Amino acid sequence: MAGATRPDDGACVLDTGALEQLIELLRADGYRVVGPQVTDGAIVLGTIAGAGDLPAGITDDQEPGRYRLRQGTSQALFGYAAPAQGWKRFLFAPDETLWRAERTDGGFRCEEEPPAIGRTALLGVRPCDLRAVDILDQVFTRSGVVDRRYQARRAAALIIAVECTQAGGTCFCASMGAGPDIADAANCGADIILTEFLVDAGPLLLARPASARGAELLAGVPGWRAGAADCEAAAEAVKGAARSMGRQMPADVATLVGRSLDHPHWADVAARCLGCGTCTAVCPTCFCSTVEDSTDLAGTTAERRRRWDSCFTLDFSTLHGGPIRSSGAARYRQWLAHKLAHWWEQFGRSGCVGCGRCITWCPVGIDITAEARALAEREGRTDANH
Amino acid sequence: MAITAPLPLPASNPWQTSPWRISHVRRELADTFTLTLDPPADAADAAAAFQPGQFNMLYVFGCGEVPVSISGTAGEGGRLKHTIRAVGAVTGALQRLRAGDVVGVRGPFGAGWPIDDAAGSDVVIVAGGIGLAPLRPAVEAILHARERYGRFIVLYGARSPEDILFARDLGRWSSRLDTFVDVTVDRAAGAWRGNVGLVTALIARVGLEAEHTVAFLCGPEAMMRFAVGALAKRGVEASRTYLSLERNMKCGVGLCGRCQLAGHFVCRDGPVFRLDRIPNVFQVREL
Repeated sequence: MAGATRPDDGACVLDTGALEQLIELLRADGYRVVGPQVTDGAIVLGTIAGAGDLPAGITDDQEPGRYRLRQGTSQALFGYAAPAQGWKRFLFAPDETLWRAERTDGGFRCEEEPPAIGRTALLGVRPCDLRAVDILDQVFTRSGVVDRRYQARRAAALIIAVECTQAGGTCFCASMGAGPDIADAANCGADIILTEFLVDAGPLLLARPASARGAELLAGVPGWRAGAADCEAAAEAVKGAARSMGRQMPADVATLVGRSLDHPHWADVAARCLGCGTCTAVCPTCFCSTVEDSTDLAGTTAERRRRWDSCFTLDFSTLHGGPIRSSGAARYRQWLAHKLAHWWEQFGRSGCVGCGRCITWCPVGIDITAEARALAEREGRTDANH
Repeated sequence: MAITAPLPLPASNPWQTSPWRISHVRRELADTFTLTLDPPADAADAAAAFQPGQFNMLYVFGCGEVPVSISGTAGEGGRLKHTIRAVGAVTGALQRLRAGDVVGVRGPFGAGWPIDDAAGSDVVIVAGGIGLAPLRPAVEAILHARERYGRFIVLYGARSPEDILFARDLGRWSSRLDTFVDVTVDRAAGAWRGNVGLVTALIARVGLEAEHTVAFLCGPEAMMRFAVGALAKRGVEASRTYLSLERNMKCGVGLCGRCQLAGHFVCRDGPVFRLDRIPNVFQVREL
């Protein structure tokens, strides 16, 4: 199959060897290629040297508060659901120095710390996570003041998305309209869209260019022009993921949460919630941050660092020495109401993409889809009582 | 190698703080002081164009940064006053600074009082404690164009006679025949001959025509909750009632997410809000 010719545009089919060459091509072009790999019993995102670093044959079991890897039934390269982490760390640094300042005669001088940003190829971005990147793009670059560090990293990123062919137990992207397929290739934010399907010889990847850069890259790797059978096999694989999706979010969740801010169910969640903030750390769209100012011991130089922050900390809402959201119920409500309801007022859409990470990685297994349903059910009961 | 080479950044940087020199420090109350700050030449135009109700982020070298509303102007060249109560580490450090010292300033940020939109209406200002600070430039702006407004009323409440902020300004405004000023304190010793009680009592008895009145409020949230109730009782609609809110802020430009209040970023959409656009603020606890 290698060396087969195909037209300059349109979809083509790659085997593992061709994917390897695509990665080599990117590396030769100065890209750091980041992709999923198995580390410490989880699929995490890190620099990969080649296709051999991908978790071939590995699959995951995800349930509320539970994550396990096991050997899958095929040699699929992407036969698992959302990896443990989202991709935001590669675009929005978890901890970085914004500027440094130095005392001068009668004052100080403040100089921006130039961020170390290089070309980065994000390989294996799932539809939910691709939607999350677009949401972050909107927050940081399309809503007034631009975060130029984010914008610079985003501009240096190339995205190779992978449609989902296996849904996890906590996934609900279909009900958020974020997956498991990528409907609008031209405007999805990716450069190349891959869809994995299995044949007797092993996994194959249907590759669609989604940008001029993506088309250029695909022209440089050996594949063959996708036929109807290839496209059908890929589409069928994605449909399987849609059918096996573990969870779903109620359709009217935004208005439901918006009118439930005084609901007694928040206290019920708070009794279970540890307030650890893991959900905000794994959420691919949570963007809140804090800054920390410090000096050296002599007090002659100072710096400002920005770190990811969580609305579950008391410090987050502290005003005049005390937190506004002192109860766990208020902090949980802030997180969920922002994500599902207030995000609409701020950005005209939901802040949730249905990746299910907040459910999987919650140490006590709180499930936002179940909490949303509980709000609806208890609301129904309250109405019935009146 | 391309991986570590820095790429050019887009032009504007909202995090860049610029050094302003303290030209004057005034002790207002036991724990409250006003810094008059002189902008560097490249910030003077933006400073001079500030809107009453806007705030700046003030940075003390190595210590931290806090949002402080602009409490007045001082001559030409964008020189701005900031009135601060020392309650935490950064405001405490600001209190220790002297004339000639330098603070970092970012701003001005946020949405201010609708001074122009209120033209043609009666204006009632209700302030509590240090809440008078962001309202002082609004009062001055209205007095500066007094003929554009109808009746002008300033109601102010403080904890005690010793806690009355800007007493000199209140006296000056009060001495004008075209401005009604009424002051009350929560509690007082024998020497006080003025009102004792809550600012809501001043609202209850002041002469106002609700349908022509625009209200501006700033003070502790508990005070504002009762004050908007008292104004509503007098018939002032929520769509004509504006209040300045405060939340924990880090960036000042809607990026850090800290100051969220339901669907609003207080730093960017506020700090001055029209009451009917923030209907939950006094109804839902710990919002």
